[in-house]
Amino acid sequence: MKTAFVTGGSRGIGKAIAIELGNNFHVVVGYSNSEDKANDVAKDIISSGGSASTIRVDISNSESVDEAFTSIEKDYTSVDVLINNAGVTKDNILPRMKKDEWLEVIQTNLTGSFYTSQRAIKLMMKNKWGRIIFISSVVGISGNQGQVNYAASKAGLIGLAKSISKEMGSRNITSNVVAPGYIETDMTSFLDNQNKENIIEQLSIKRIGKPEDISNVVSFLCNEESEYITGQVIPVDGGLST
Amino acid sequence: METNEVFEKVKGLFVEDLGIEESKVTMDAKLEEDLEIDSLGIVEVVMAFEDEFEIEIDDEELADVTTVGQAVNLLHSKI
Repeated sequence: MKTAFVTGGSRGIGKAIAIELGNNFHVVVGYSNSEDKANDVAKDIISSGGSASTIRVDISNSESVDEAFTSIEKDYTSVDVLINNAGVTKDNILPRMKKDEWLEVIQTNLTGSFYTSQRAIKLMMKNKWGRIIFISSVVGISGNQGQVNYAASKAGLIGLAKSISKEMGSRNITSNVVAPGYIETDMTSFLDNQNKENIIEQLSIKRIGKPEDISNVVSFLCNEESEYITGQVIPVDGGLST
Repeated sequence: METNEVFEKVKGLFVEDLGIEESKVTMDAKLEEDLEIDSLGIVEVVMAFEDEFEIEIDDEELADVTTVGQAVNLLHSKI
């Protein structure tokens, strides 16, 4: 059975992806702080007949990433599918944004995904098969007020993914981006009902997205059937970026 | 380790990791032209060498390596 490593797999979109991939892969649920929640996700997968484990990883720290991969390799031989999902926000408008707010978001969201992808790609090259999915954001395509750091990090993932697709195509490794719009998660829980109404008005599909809207697409991109899709950005946003 | 021992190990990596025909791997064989190893393949070989011999190879040192023999000599000098 192939192994899928989902960073930030304990909550929100990452949790939905972990559970969906549990149908086809051994899933390693990566978490940074929410150990209990990650364990619950793994239990969910196992109780549905799948196979799962958890691992603590701070993706912003290359040593932590290295340790996590070494541990996964020891227990499950390889990482065949990598879902770069973990991310943080530190919102502020540009004139007020502190250097640390910029650096922390870039370090975790962009550099962290570089660390995990570099580590995973060596295993995938050996196996001559791999799938890397980056969870970007509609904000990385369109920009957003108060999110110069987050938007830049999410746009950066697109360049990272596309370059990997060109470097690694000859080894049956695909690299794609899924760009969610507004999805009902902890990260968007600050939106009040009026905000939500305003957002829904901009959408072609008149509802806020569900984490499962994202996990269904990610699951397809991890399958054999998607082997001819690489270097692409797939918005899953109810038509927001149209 | 003698040069011919290094060569045998190198040959083993080419054959096993890259699926190259054993008879083609000679000291004079050119990596790209004779063995049809692409640039990514060379990276794979280098990573395999680094693991096998527990050494680190700099990108600059690789620039001059175009044949199996040159690779063997580079590795021999580092072990």
